Amino acid sequence: MADKKLGNYLDEFEDIPGTLIFNTVRSRQGFNLNQFCMSLMKEENRKAFKANEAEYLKQWNLTDAQFKAVINRDWTGMMQEGGNIYFLAKLFSTDGHSFQHVAAIMTGSTQEEYAKMMLDGGRNPKGNRSKSNPSL
Amino acid sequence: MAKIIAGVTTSHVPAIAAAIDLKKQEMPYWQPIFKGYEFSKKWMAEQKPDVIILIYNDHASAFDATIFPTFAIGCADEFLPADEGWGRRPVPKLKGHSDMACHIAQKLILDEFDMTVVNRMDVDHGLTVPMNLLFGDLGPDEEWPCRVIPFPINVVQYPPPTGKRCYDMGKALRRAVESYPEDLKVIVFGTGGMSHQLQGTRAGLINKEWDTRFLDGLTKDPVGLTKIPHSEYVRETGSEGIEMVMWLAMRGALNDDVKEVYRFYHVPCSNTALGHIILENK
Repeated sequence: MADKKLGNYLDEFEDIPGTLIFNTVRSRQGFNLNQFCMSLMKEENRKAFKANEAEYLKQWNLTDAQFKAVINRDWTGMMQEGGNIYFLAKLFSTDGHSFQHVAAIMTGSTQEEYAKMMLDGGRNPKGNRSKSNPSL
Repeated sequence: MAKIIAGVTTSHVPAIAAAIDLKKQEMPYWQPIFKGYEFSKKWMAEQKPDVIILIYNDHASAFDATIFPTFAIGCADEFLPADEGWGRRPVPKLKGHSDMACHIAQKLILDEFDMTVVNRMDVDHGLTVPMNLLFGDLGPDEEWPCRVIPFPINVVQYPPPTGKRCYDMGKALRRAVESYPEDLKVIVFGTGGMSHQLQGTRAGLINKEWDTRFLDGLTKDPVGLTKIPHSEYVRETGSEGIEMVMWLAMRGALNDDVKEVYRFYHVPCSNTALGHIILENK
């Protein structure tokens, strides 16, 4: 980043653990993936996708990594390839899943464990604020 | 002259939409959440607003990945609930206030807030959930009791507008409303928040202390809140906690001195710390 101020702006997020910030660069990277997800807002497209996922995905020019992540429902992989959670929501809604279901998968816990953590007040921010200073 | 009488903030968790549409309101998980809005519904029924200006974010529903408008305003006569992947929600279509929205759009642009004017869009859970929480569970054949001007702010693609920019925009929004000639009662909603992170290994983060300070500040020290950088929202309240900048847009549209009429905070609502506050202009 040529602009020092912008560089610092983005760097501050990079220090936050377990978090991908959907910035303009990731938005470019994930454009086709996110547009595929958007297409699932129409019932006829949901039907076509469910009937033959690989065939439906051909028209969206996904990268190999994006294609594999979608087929395997690798949510973290989709995010790393530029997917945004609100776009991916169209895909997991098509599958009949909730935000909590997918959040649990991304944290590596079962849905029961994750739901219990939320009922107990959620994930404590202590120790989850900074990669460079895990004691925060 | 149109007048802003009050402001409302509330989370707009999509699971609330599912709970309403699947009639789960009396289940033990949901009962305390809906109970938290009983006062609010009574209060709203007494206010009888003519127009709600509803500040929310579109969650990749009306706007796909081709465009991310920072500040937008819906100027159409009506807006349909969006199909977010499971069909359109069974809620009334919104009746807009085209004339007032066009007036506000023009005034804001001339006041140097460069609005995106939207003449057709569907509205997603970010807008329909707050309507349900404050007006009840109306079906698709019923009507909301007032007009609604949808006011989407981008918080999906970074950077979203700063909290200060949102607050200043709220001030301009008030000037725009108060220059509208018709005597209309207006309530401004700022929605989204509070702590929540929907992605990555840190999903489920909740920071009750920070949220409580934000609620306190919203009433008494909004200018102090405008100094919070984006990185603090994300670090302290999760990647989707950034939605709270939209609360500052609402707050900017109110008087400096406001009366906090009601507050509700509840954990959890799905992945989210649900926050809700009602502020009346003194």
